[in-house]
Amino acid sequence: MISKAEQKEKRKRLRFRWHKQDTELTLLALPTTIWYILFCFLPMFGIIIAFKNFKISGGFFSNVFNSPWIGFKNFEFLFKSNDAWIIIRNTIGYNIIFIVLGIVLPVLFAIMIGLLHSRKASKVYQTMMFLPYFLSWVVVSAVGWAFLSFDKGIVNQMLVSMGGEPINWYMEPAYWPFFLILLNVWKGLGYGMVIYLATITSLDSTYYEAAVMDGASIWQQTRYITLPMLKLVIVMLFILAVGRIFYTDFGLFYQVTRDSNSLFNVSTTIDVMVFKQLKSATVGMASAAAFVQSVLGCATILIANWIVRKIDPESAMM
Amino acid sequence: MATKIAYTTGLEKFNRTSKVVDIFFHLVFILLALLCVIPVIVVLSISFSSEASIRESGYHLIPVAWSGEAYAYIANQGTMILRALGVSVLVTVVGTVLGVLLTTSMGYVLSRPSYKLRGFLTWVVFIPMIFNGGLVSSYFINTNLLGLKDSVWALILPLAVSSFNVIICKTFFKSTIPDGLIESAEMDGASQLRIFFFIILPISLPVLATIGLFLCFAYWNDWFQSMLYIDNQNLYSLQALLNSLMSNVDALAKNAASMGVSYAVLVATMPKESARMAVAILIVLPVAFAYPFFQKYFISGLTIGAVKG
Repeated sequence: MISKAEQKEKRKRLRFRWHKQDTELTLLALPTTIWYILFCFLPMFGIIIAFKNFKISGGFFSNVFNSPWIGFKNFEFLFKSNDAWIIIRNTIGYNIIFIVLGIVLPVLFAIMIGLLHSRKASKVYQTMMFLPYFLSWVVVSAVGWAFLSFDKGIVNQMLVSMGGEPINWYMEPAYWPFFLILLNVWKGLGYGMVIYLATITSLDSTYYEAAVMDGASIWQQTRYITLPMLKLVIVMLFILAVGRIFYTDFGLFYQVTRDSNSLFNVSTTIDVMVFKQLKSATVGMASAAAFVQSVLGCATILIANWIVRKIDPESAMM
Repeated sequence: MATKIAYTTGLEKFNRTSKVVDIFFHLVFILLALLCVIPVIVVLSISFSSEASIRESGYHLIPVAWSGEAYAYIANQGTMILRALGVSVLVTVVGTVLGVLLTTSMGYVLSRPSYKLRGFLTWVVFIPMIFNGGLVSSYFINTNLLGLKDSVWALILPLAVSSFNVIICKTFFKSTIPDGLIESAEMDGASQLRIFFFIILPISLPVLATIGLFLCFAYWNDWFQSMLYIDNQNLYSLQALLNSLMSNVDALAKNAASMGVSYAVLVATMPKESARMAVAILIVLPVAFAYPFFQKYFISGLTIGAVKG
């Protein structure tokens, strides 16, 4: 007879014993794990480039080790440059507008399309509105050019035919905040709608039936049933969006504006600046900016999640 | 899994918005839908405009003079365009197959509750979702350490896996594959590799389709990797080619000139403006035809992703 304690010990040992199938599963996970090490984890350690005077001479590791430490010099350069604050303002400013519009408009239109009598029509609208989401920014930039080019663009053709003066759009910063916001909404609206609509359609119809019994109007149903039910999805997408507040859609700000110098003040964000510096091989400021992006980005997502958990533990992501 | 996308919002016939409101909503959505589609139709119509009419009076919503010269030009002597098309197709096919394999295998492993390293690998997948090395560091790893500069692998490898997709897979396997199925296969002496390739994958078509489609569109539409890593024009994808055409319409002629045709003649005769838009249409056309058919997979994929896994 073995004692209870021994039995327990044996069960514990069994649970921790490495089985043949563990080896097999490890083998199965190996290629992807290697991918993660090469493309995600190595770059995480490469982030120390931000504190070094990085020189490209030999292999990557010898470069990192041999480049001299310079502490926060790269950051000093970055924040002392006149453009730093414009760039940070653009990045965060556009993101705040995008986050607000990216919640309000899709939720509004998802609720509206869910109320349409004809399902067939609703499907057709959705399909058409989903199209921009599938276009690459290079194509969108070609579309933009068709409308806005100075001598051939459709908008200027219209202006001239109505007796106005053609405008050199790619040189006029005043219009671009509006264009950029419009394009961002245009490209993402169909996608956002689909996410919210999928949640709305999966709601239990008995809620609504009960509400109708109690004499609730459609507006009351929306206010007291649909919106609260959407909260979880809204909060989750909000946390994700806030976590990316230091990142912008590079394609929107670089491709669509055709990298026009006149638009610098309204179209340069951290991503655009990092890319340009990298391409011109001035690594110092670029690596400092990329460091700010990753570290603060990580911090904001954790803080946003922490706040959400304080207020409403159910909606938190982790 | 929400494969059904019927629009049962609970607001059935007895409780509908009034006719007036309904008509108003329809008007709003007709307007929005047109706004989403018309810009692409404009690009299509420019690609069918004659070069002379564009030079004379610019772009128009409806071509002043119809002409297929841009497409004829592409078909006749666009070796560069054909090569770019080849690169795009190759990258999309290889990338999608590789990506699906890497993603689903990891998803399956994470879905096995008894696997010893599950906790560790979950972190491996999760950490990159909240923290990354940033563009500069990734760029130097890829070029300096992995030697991906001017290699077609630079277009394929970095996009192959995303933690988001792995989690979609894990959630799918966990919720739809009965444990008994795997246990009985184990009892019969099948190895995990065998179980994964011959039992799990064949019955997981919905998730394969979802991930495959996500990857397909991502690879076909990618231009950023080309911009970062590709300088050699022979490795341009369609997106990279259009990108260079957007900044320089003569790019096509420059390439063709090396084939013994006079550069001046080429520049003078080629339909530059419409060819640019024709390349854009070449990119959009497969996507525009494909996505309405696969939309429901996308929607189900997005919905699975929204469920906490």
